[in-house]
Amino acid sequence: MKLAILGAGDVGRSVADLAGEYGHDVVALADSSGAAVDPAGIAVESVLERKAGGEAVGSSDPEDVFETEYDVLVEATPTTLGDAEPGFTHVKRALEADRHVVLANKGPVAERYEELRALEDEHAGSIRFEATVGGAIPVLSTVEDCTPQAVTAVRGVLNGTANFILTRMAAEGLDYEHVLAEAQDLGVAEADPTFDVDGTDAALKFVILANVLADGGFALEDATVEGIQDIPGSALDLAAEDGRTIRLIGEATRDGVRVGPRLVPENGALAVTGTRNIVQIETRHAGSLHSSGRGAGGPETATAVLSDVGRLPPL
Amino acid sequence: MGDAPDSGDEDEPDAETDGGLRAYTVRLELVDEPGELLRALAPIADNGGNLLSIHHERGNITPRGHIPVEVDLECPPDRFDDVVEGLRGAGVNVIQAGAEHYGEEINVVLVGHLVETDLSNTLSRIEDEADAVVLDLSLAAPEGTGGISSARARLAIDSGRSEEALAAIRSIGTDKELTVVEPLLGGDA
Repeated sequence: MKLAILGAGDVGRSVADLAGEYGHDVVALADSSGAAVDPAGIAVESVLERKAGGEAVGSSDPEDVFETEYDVLVEATPTTLGDAEPGFTHVKRALEADRHVVLANKGPVAERYEELRALEDEHAGSIRFEATVGGAIPVLSTVEDCTPQAVTAVRGVLNGTANFILTRMAAEGLDYEHVLAEAQDLGVAEADPTFDVDGTDAALKFVILANVLADGGFALEDATVEGIQDIPGSALDLAAEDGRTIRLIGEATRDGVRVGPRLVPENGALAVTGTRNIVQIETRHAGSLHSSGRGAGGPETATAVLSDVGRLPPL
Repeated sequence: MGDAPDSGDEDEPDAETDGGLRAYTVRLELVDEPGELLRALAPIADNGGNLLSIHHERGNITPRGHIPVEVDLECPPDRFDDVVEGLRGAGVNVIQAGAEHYGEEINVVLVGHLVETDLSNTLSRIEDEADAVVLDLSLAAPEGTGGISSARARLAIDSGRSEEALAAIRSIGTDKELTVVEPLLGGDA
């Protein structure tokens, strides 16, 4: 397949880097300031070097991406809330041109799911978005394999930053601010960690899951979201007295989405440590399935994107 | 993890007549009225249980005015469910039976200005509004009573009412600007 990649952050760059291994050609890579476009395949290595050196990925106009011959648009621009622009328009343009779209950008799937599905119905291409939920962990494809009707709920930990902070607080008996500073030093938390610690990032993923289970109907504003900023070390100590710990847990069902700090058994499946993520898929006929792994990172998320590309039907 | 399959609608295995007797502990809560203890014990014998001992914690009245009673009994394993059902059928509040908790037990952690917002009032509101019994409480106030503190409360709730009880506790938390860390129910977390 010929891939056109929008977004040259960690995920977009990793998709470009790994596409060859998966047997695909990259015909375009663009960020907001420039684009490298070549119908015969861009020279990925030199483009990535240029970008690493602080230059633009290429001299073409990002608009040119839509004019080139491609099979799959990979939407890996930063997640935006509300109208989910410009990601939503990128997806719309690709579908209207009868191309496939694979998203790593959570915004359009969380905030405008029904519109995306309506566009997909009207046109030849398909949309897939495994990479939006749980990075490398096959969450949506597992739900798809079980069939969404047979899944009653999905629960779990889908934010590594918050999980790292809670793990360290419990292990070291430190307070939130101390551990957050440590996480920022280690590069586990961003300079502005708001969306990770206030639950927004996890909520977007569970909203996407609820949309898949219920075939739409949810956006971020429908989720009940609490963060971990108000959890002191002493709360984790008290939880430990009873063999429990606190994790930022999300739940998605057909009835709604909820994200917040919850008590879970210290040695239970959902109490993963560090930046690890986990999901528990509760099925109607087959009990619970658990998958855990790396929920973020460039190459990790890129593998989810490329697996999606492999699942696309021929156009 | 206890992935116990739902055995509720499956045929019970045949009663093990030679399986002997097993000892069980049942925890009850009785209303403090004359004759209540005797009334509560009758269903045990009626259903084939043999009383071993009774620990009547008169001095340990729950905040709702109930008296906790711990009963040791023995019976054939296949009769035990009948004993528990007999008790509940007679209107006795069974908190715990064998390894099973009836009237589920849950933990919640509260965080915030617990002392300034009157912790004992918070607890009695939980008992009234969430229809729960506070079994025990532990408090951690590393910043002193004027700062942010945490409390863990272990609550007994009638079975099947956890969701309602937690919703009531959430709204008390909202009223008092406390963070309520709830247990994750559902699944086998």
